[in-house]
This record gives sequence, structure tokens and C-alpha cells, in this order.
Amino acid sequence: MSRAVEIAALTKRYGDTTAVTGLDLTVERGTITSLLGPNGAGKTTTVECCVGFRRPDSGTVRVLGLDPRRDGSRLRPRIGVMLQEGAGLYPGSRAAELIAHLARLHASPLDVPTLVERLGLGEAGKTPIRRLSGGQRQRVALAAALVGRPELVFLDEPTAGLDPQMRRSVWELLGDLRADGVTVVLTTHLIDEAEQLSDDVAIVDRGRLVARGSPLELTKQDESTVQFTGPPRMGLESLRQALPESSTVDESAPGRYVVRGQVTPQLLATVTSWCAAHDVMPEGLQVGRRSLEDVVLELTGRRTQ
Amino acid sequence: MPRMTHVPAPGSAPVWRMLTTQTTFETRLLLRNGEQLLLTAVIPVVLLALLTAVPVFDTAGYDRVDFLVPGILALTVMSTAFTSLAIATGYERRYGVLKRLAVSPLPRWALLLSKALTVLVIEALQVTLVGGLGLALGWQPRGSILAVAALLIAGTLAFAGLALLMAGTLRAEATLAAANLVYLLLLVLGGVVIPFDQLPGWLAAGAGVTPTGALADGLRSVLADGGGVPWGDIGILTAWSAVGLAAAARWFRWE
Repeated sequence: MSRAVEIAALTKRYGDTTAVTGLDLTVERGTITSLLGPNGAGKTTTVECCVGFRRPDSGTVRVLGLDPRRDGSRLRPRIGVMLQEGAGLYPGSRAAELIAHLARLHASPLDVPTLVERLGLGEAGKTPIRRLSGGQRQRVALAAALVGRPELVFLDEPTAGLDPQMRRSVWELLGDLRADGVTVVLTTHLIDEAEQLSDDVAIVDRGRLVARGSPLELTKQDESTVQFTGPPRMGLESLRQALPESSTVDESAPGRYVVRGQVTPQLLATVTSWCAAHDVMPEGLQVGRRSLEDVVLELTGRRTQ
Repeated sequence: MPRMTHVPAPGSAPVWRMLTTQTTFETRLLLRNGEQLLLTAVIPVVLLALLTAVPVFDTAGYDRVDFLVPGILALTVMSTAFTSLAIATGYERRYGVLKRLAVSPLPRWALLLSKALTVLVIEALQVTLVGGLGLALGWQPRGSILAVAALLIAGTLAFAGLALLMAGTLRAEATLAAANLVYLLLLVLGGVVIPFDQLPGWLAAGAGVTPTGALADGLRSVLADGGGVPWGDIGILTAWSAVGLAAAARWFRWE
């Protein structure tokens, strides 16, 4: 069976602006893949090339083995699409009415009342879309993407503007989709979303793919940290001498200390004994690996949000 | 709550069902829209009732109601196939509705055909409403119903081409303003309620070749004079259709 998505050397320009440059990406079936990157990184353009809105200037895009531009009529019934900011909903339609309408365009759609309830749109279902809040509109757009029981969904920032509780609920729903064998491709600039949700993260910046892997692979490295807080301006020379040569210790902010190196139980014991000898309680002692945020920052030189 | 299944079962509905559901849906939205109803139902009905009762304008030697019904029928076609279609499509484009539908299983030709069918359904309701009110007010229609149908369809195509051209090229707000302005101008100048012979000669000549002028004139020559198919007016409407639809096909932007 073909892969869900295969993009090779995709380049897309708008006038003088190059939105995507030589991007390669494959998505395996039944996985959740996040395109993570700051605004303007090329995430939306990539998705729009996958669903057939845009013609690539060069490179190839195959979705479920089909060319989205040439085989659009065969591809469209098999995918679900959610546009950014929940765009594309008839403003004069009631939410549930619109979802029911879209359901009738499909062969064996989901049960609309159940879906509406699942997305917490029970009451809002009877309200005209123009009077819904941004978050409610997002959920209507998500329901619209799912109602046809697609094999593959493209969700452009599915949780933007949702409150934390609703965001959790959407994450749960996306987990259900994966468990049932649906492939999910989403864009996000929320690092924790990409980290907690995805099998695969593709970090995109300035139109290029800069890193690719599972959250674990992306954050894996030999070096980790021990962090704690204590009184400011402690003399660290004696601790430096007690630690292995390969490690370093710094006061990153007044009273915040960071030991970097290969963190072993022995190293941790060295740090705590040193604290005990100086009668310092190492508050908030934490052994950490690099976070996905550190990775993104390192690769792109900027924060995504 | 029991967890619902999302096990994929993709596929589109049969095309006839997509067509009927899309047409029903769009018709329902239009009938619910207050501004659109004002344009398509309230204004024509009020004008017909008011101007039949009160002699505001001279009616070129016809019975007032016999003169007015053909003009008001032309107005209803303009209100639905031009003003209402332009505004609705302009805002659908603005809100990304057309873009969103482009990734649904509904083929583009089926979307356009649904819009055409929606216009025809609304027009059928309008003709019933205006015709029914006219008959109640003593209207005595003449001529061939086939000639009337040919005029209504030619008029619809002429207006729809221009509506799609505007909606697909201008911003939604500009479409809204322009569509209402054209509606108002052609209501006054398009032979709807004021006979052409009451306008200055140069203006009457120009008004006669507008889609509204040609449609009103053609409908009046059949329904009021009992004439045959008015080929001159059908020719004018067909020319507008050709220009409007070709330009819309060339320049319409989906987003």
C-alpha cells in the first residue's frame, strides 16, 4: 500500500516570496505527524499542496498514491480537511445543519448528533455559525473534516484558540482517530502539542524541513542537565572540582544553578553532597533532558509562539 | 459517552444526491436570509401592490397591473440571478466556503449546477408569488408560456454571468455595494416600473439594451401585447450571457 503522504523536493513560490523550498516529507499510514514551526514557516502551503489547492512550482506530491491536482476527484472523497481558523463554513448555516449537510455528500458518514456531542457543540449546534466563538468554529471545522470518515485528515492548526480543556479533548479525539487507523497530518506552532500528540514531528522553518523524527529521537542526546535553586552567588569552584571534567556548572540566573554533562547517579550524588556540605537545600532539584523547545530554538533560532 | 468509531469508510455520495442536497441546502439558507428576502420577495410584492393601487407613473396606455407584472417579473429575475447570487457568492468566496467545498467530494461542476438550480427554485417561488398577486389584482396575462419561459431563462443566464463575474473578481464588500447599486439603478431605469418613453431618448436607448430593460420589454411584449417570441430581446440577453459567462470563466477567482 502506498504511503499516506510522499513529498519530494517540493518548492512553492508566491511572486517573489518562496514559501517552501525543496521540502521532503513522508507520512506513514496510521500515524500522527505534526508540522511544527513558526508562523510563515511554510506549513500551510505544504498542506495546501497536499490537498490540491496549490500547484507546486517543482517537486512532487503524492497523497494516498495520487497526484492531488490530477487525481483530485478520486482523492477528495478519501481525505478530510480543516482550514486554518476554521475557515470555509457557511456563516448563515447552523453548526449542526452544516455538518449534516456535509455528511450527505459522503457515502457512509459518521452519526452527526454523536459527533456534534463529542466535540462539545451540543447547544452551539443550533446557533448560526456567524454567531459562534472562534473556538466553537474551530470545532465545527474539525467535525466537518471528520464526518466523511476519511482515511487521512489534514488539520491546519486544529487547536488554535481552544481553551486548555477543549484542547485536551481534541488531542484525545485525535488519539482515537489514530487508534482506528486514520492518518493525521496537522500543523501547529505549539511545541507541547507536537510533543505529546505525534508519532513524528517535522520541524519546518523558512520553507525548509530542518529536523524530522519522533519527539524522543529529536530530544535525545548524550548531554543532560541537573538544575536546582539555592542562595545566589554561591562559590562554585569547589563543586566544579568535585564534578567529572566533562561537566560544567553555571549560575544561569541569580540563584538558579545548572550542571551540564553526562548525568549519572554518581554525579547527582556529588551535587547533593556538595549542597549538604554547604548547608544548602537544592530546591526544585530536577534532572532534565533537552526539551523539544530547546531543539526548536537551536534549529530555528526563534521561538514558535 | 460511548466512544464513536472513526474506522475509515471513505467515499462520496451518488452525484444526484450531492446535487439535491447542495441545492436544498443553499435554497434553505437563502430563504432564511432576511436581507435577501427583502430583495427577492418584499420589494417586488410591495411595488406591485402599491403601484397598482396608486397611479404614481403613467403606464404607457396599458392597464396598470398589466404593465407592472411583466416589469416586476424582470425585477425578480434580476434580484435573484444577479443581486442575490452576486452577494452570496462574494461572501462565500470571502469566507473560504468555496475553497472548503473544493476539497469536499462535490465536483466543481455540480456546485455550479446546484447554484443554477437554486436560482431557478427561488425564481419559481417568485413567479408564483408575483403572478398570484397579479391575478388577484386583476392581471390578464396573454401570449405563449413558452416564450415567457425562454425569456426568463435567457435573463437568468445573462444576470448569473454578470453576478459571478463580480463575485469572483471584486472584494465581497465591493460586490455588495455594486450589486445593490445596479439593482436600484435598473429598478428605476430598466423599464421595470417606469415606461421607457418617459425617459430622455438617449437614456431610453441605453436602458433598452441592459439585461433588465431587454427582459422587461420582452416580457411586456408577450404578456401585455400577446406578441410572439421577442427575438431582439432574447438576442440582447444571449449576448450578455455570452460576455458575462465567458468573462466569469476567465477571471473568476475561487479565493
